Amino acid sequence: MSRNPHAALAQDAETAIVRFDDVSMRYGRAPETLKDLSFSLAPGSFHFLTGPSGAGKSSLLKLIYLAARPSKGLVHLFGQDVSQVPTPERPALRRRIGVVFQELLLLDHLSAFDNAALPLRIAGMKADEYRQDVAELLAWVGLRSRMHAMPATLAGGEKQRLAIARAVVARPEILLADEPTGNVDHEMAVRILRLFVELNRLGTTIVIATHDQDMVARSGMPVLHIEEGRLVHHGLPRTDG
Amino acid sequence: MSDFFDPGRWKPAPFLPASDARDGALTFVIAVLCFLACLTALGVIAADRAARGWTDQLRGEATIVVRPKSNETPDSAAARAAETLAGVPGVVEARALEAEKAEALIAPWLGDVADLEDLPVPRLVAVVLDPSKPASTQAMDRALKAQGLDALVDDHSAWMADIQRSAGMARWIGAAVFLMIAAAAGAVVAFATRAGMAARREVVEVLHLTGAEDAFIARLFQSRFALMAARAGLLGAGGAAIVGAGLRLAGGGAGLTPVLPVAWSDLLAVLPCPLAAAAVAAIAARLTAAALIRELV
Repeated sequence: MSRNPHAALAQDAETAIVRFDDVSMRYGRAPETLKDLSFSLAPGSFHFLTGPSGAGKSSLLKLIYLAARPSKGLVHLFGQDVSQVPTPERPALRRRIGVVFQELLLLDHLSAFDNAALPLRIAGMKADEYRQDVAELLAWVGLRSRMHAMPATLAGGEKQRLAIARAVVARPEILLADEPTGNVDHEMAVRILRLFVELNRLGTTIVIATHDQDMVARSGMPVLHIEEGRLVHHGLPRTDG
Repeated sequence: MSDFFDPGRWKPAPFLPASDARDGALTFVIAVLCFLACLTALGVIAADRAARGWTDQLRGEATIVVRPKSNETPDSAAARAAETLAGVPGVVEARALEAEKAEALIAPWLGDVADLEDLPVPRLVAVVLDPSKPASTQAMDRALKAQGLDALVDDHSAWMADIQRSAGMARWIGAAVFLMIAAAAGAVVAFATRAGMAARREVVEVLHLTGAEDAFIARLFQSRFALMAARAGLLGAGGAAIVGAGLRLAGGGAGLTPVLPVAWSDLLAVLPCPLAAAAVAAIAARLTAAALIRELV
């Protein structure tokens, strides 16, 4: 971890890449899942999002990747208040964010290569323009020999790495990963974390939702810790357990 | 680079699966409904032609009942009436029917009257009218009276009204049945499209969250389902056209006249079916895609 973790905390709210101002969120008429969250993330920062199951980690990520709207407060992305972004312009914002979904959401009818290339095709790139980059990226995540394989034939760790490749292929400014190491063994988890650190070194802002407190503690990276929908800690990992 | 995978030869796969086992049942249902709708359309056209044929035939003819006076034989009175009517403008042909024909007409009620020479059986004159400018009942009546003939002009108006009413009802019922089947076909196409799209919700979700424009996603599904419905519509319309052609061939020169007079040109009525099915599916797919996307945010 070569980046200075304190830089992420000292960031001016005005230049933050993600900023929540008193944000709450609920699903339908259910009680609030997130309550009065206020924080900001600096460009190029690396954060872990921690908290017990049901604390609201996935909901918070959904607000960032524009899959949900807050019931109260303002979410700013790239300096823009997303509530003021017209619907037709929201896809362009989404293309600046890469997401590794908890359920991975790979498309079964597409090969590993086509799944990884999906964001580039959606962005309007021609096959000639991206085929080399995608092949190299898949080689980088260790899927060199599995490019032609269909997702159903991939092992759990391979699927996870494919989902990561798809999330980063378009060089997003923000990468969100929801429990990316949840279904893989320790060795694979370390490899995946190294991938994220590499991406962070290249300037990508990273937020990883995880249960793995051991990994968080060893990384020394800042933490957003939420419990029962409230942000209870934003800063370096606590050492009191 | 792997020998197994050569990016240089790689072709991107379509965003949606090229085929899906679930589409088979959907295609079949749409094809059957299109077949029924087309068959009904052919039936309505044939029924309309039959009804028009019946009324045209009645409107083009008149029957004159001639009652001979005491100083004249029935045959000569009928011949005179025919001759008089032949000169009336709007009459193409007037022909006195033989006594046997008049006797045959009353046989169902009076039995054989050939031996009853004293029975004053009226003579009939069959008149064929000019279809473009038919002679009026009054004109024929005046001409007969001017010749001192005791005759009754029957222009078939009494039962033509019944036939026309029946024909009109047949048309309306046929049209109503057609509209109901067409509406049912449209509803099933729309419903099946929605079901098919709901089953592909994950694809919509992934494309949406990966930054695809809503219109791009809608277009993908719209063209996919429109193509499938067009194919199914073509199968249904083709099947109906084959049945229609079979009826036409089985019925000889004029189809199953007078019950179902199918003409070759009627088969053209099935042509819009694939387009209509495709249009309904496209609209349903676009609306469903928009609804799914709305649910995602």
